[in-house]
Amino acid sequence: MPALTELEKHYKFSKNNKRFQSSFKKYLKEFAGRPTPLYYAERLTKKLGGAKIYLKREDLCHTGAHKINNTIGQALLAKRMGKRRVIAETGAGQHGVAVATVAAVFGLECEVYMGTEDMERQSLNVYRMRLMGAKVSPVDSGSRTLKDAINEAMRDWTTHVRTTHYILGSVLGPHPFPAMIRDFQKVIGMEARQQIHKTEGRLPDYLVACVGGGSNAMGLFYPFLDDRTVQMIGVEAGGHGIESGKHAARFADGSLGVLHGTMTYLLQDDDGQIRLTHSVSAGLDYAAVGPEHSYHYDRGRIRFTHVTDQEALAAFDLLSQVEGIMPALESAHAVAHAAKLAPQLKRNQIVLINLSGRGDKDVMQVAKIRGVQL
Amino acid sequence: MSGIDKIFAELRSKKEKALIPYIMAGDPRLERTKEMVLAMEKAGADMIELGVPFSDPIADGPVIQRAGQRSLKCKTSLKDILSLVADLRKKTNIPLILMTYYNPVLKLGVENLFKAAERAGVDGLIIPDLPPEEGRAVLEESRRCGLNWILLSAPTTPVNRLKFLAKQTQGFLYYVSLTGITGSSLKDLSEVRTRLSMIRRMTDKPVAIGFGISTPEQAKALGEMADGVIVGSAIVRLIEQHLEDPELPFVVSAFVKRLKQAMTGRSF
Repeated sequence: MPALTELEKHYKFSKNNKRFQSSFKKYLKEFAGRPTPLYYAERLTKKLGGAKIYLKREDLCHTGAHKINNTIGQALLAKRMGKRRVIAETGAGQHGVAVATVAAVFGLECEVYMGTEDMERQSLNVYRMRLMGAKVSPVDSGSRTLKDAINEAMRDWTTHVRTTHYILGSVLGPHPFPAMIRDFQKVIGMEARQQIHKTEGRLPDYLVACVGGGSNAMGLFYPFLDDRTVQMIGVEAGGHGIESGKHAARFADGSLGVLHGTMTYLLQDDDGQIRLTHSVSAGLDYAAVGPEHSYHYDRGRIRFTHVTDQEALAAFDLLSQVEGIMPALESAHAVAHAAKLAPQLKRNQIVLINLSGRGDKDVMQVAKIRGVQL
Repeated sequence: MSGIDKIFAELRSKKEKALIPYIMAGDPRLERTKEMVLAMEKAGADMIELGVPFSDPIADGPVIQRAGQRSLKCKTSLKDILSLVADLRKKTNIPLILMTYYNPVLKLGVENLFKAAERAGVDGLIIPDLPPEEGRAVLEESRRCGLNWILLSAPTTPVNRLKFLAKQTQGFLYYVSLTGITGSSLKDLSEVRTRLSMIRRMTDKPVAIGFGISTPEQAKALGEMADGVIVGSAIVRLIEQHLEDPELPFVVSAFVKRLKQAMTGRSF
């Protein structure tokens, strides 16, 4: 609790502090490479034969995903708080890489917890973290994925709280993390709003983003929440299908509960034990969802759907072949849903997809799934 | 006056300190838990903490994590543990404290849990991932039925919050000896001593120390500073080493006896 209170104090201060904000913006621009382009996917639009499709190119951020926005913000806060060491959990490895990166650039000691199952399917990212000087610690408990990595990171934080800041990677965990991480990620939606205004002279009809914890989705959606004409769809991991029980679709098959210090929709059994999840994409493979998503789900502002592993893999191919953009398997979930949605819409309607990360990290896994020897 | 209050009052008049062993309910089986509770009481335990297994125990180290996994493998649920307590009440009045994470409580329903716990004869509840600010329902229920909601404080807890926790806690204040998880090793006793004398000035409620206490010598040293000592991982590790041993309850109670002897300075 004291660590959370301290963090909240510094987060509130930084929100309105000009020096902090200008430093944050400087690193977003000069280090992460923002603003990221909003790209009109012309060939994909033609192929699907419906609404115009735009891609918010977070995959072009330094380190390959939107995760860097948040880690820059939190690393600056860690420095403000005088913490010399940062820790993190990671699922797909994108957040871990983004933390290892900011630790390197700000000269902080860094340890990343990662489930052994994820380490295997994302071995490239494990090596990238180590190359930047981070220690990657395997987590072998529970489902050996993201949930267990968070458990271990929280245990570390409890133990080393005096010297360490925990850079949580998504809009999860106890307050102030969900609000703070949303604020560091809302740059995605703020840019997208301006960009679509410039090119189309109006707002999009649909925003589509994948939702694991939900930081890329919240980052895109948040600045549009008051725009009543903009519909928002979060896409969860349908895994092998809801009926199989092997998925991570919290809104389709979950109920309210408390995990990792937050009350939200989660996958649990009748005794309140957290269920094991499955997704082809490590970044969506988590039993709970960010509490702010649950709030907007309950009030009907954000709708949620899910696509299966197979559909996501097909979308991975589709975008690679039609647009020359290889999406992360997480982002491929958003593409897969948009590909179902667009043909049902009119040609003058606009669908904006958050392409939250690039697929380079997934190449080995996709090859493995398809039995291709590299 | 709760069962926990009574024991602390009795011990105070005898100038003794409470020994509170922790075991994971259902590790290795609920039947064994029952035998161990009874054996530990005979060996000198003053109250007993029963762990409720949870899939994601963020306050626990590897030893208790593994115990929870073993218990979950046998499908032990909170309801099963409440039945066990009801069953134990036919044989003993020793205060029983459940240590559970919040989600199983929420799933059962706070009101349902308190009704069932009261009926079964549970004396206290520890919920490490529920700060009192977020636990209005738990607080109201605990006051209604006189079942103690025991709060935790840490070495990093600021003075103002410590005052608040000391005021809100029921039965006793659980002082976590170190920044860390269960099963860590406690090295610095001087910090504990300083913090405890500060807490003493704030409250007359009993204070029990837990986390990192694994030997009779430590139990003795910390018992001198506080009103009670909680020993968990050291006992759970012993259970892990004797899972299939028919003498398991004896092995555990022999260790509990050594702890109590060290704390009282006499053999019995």
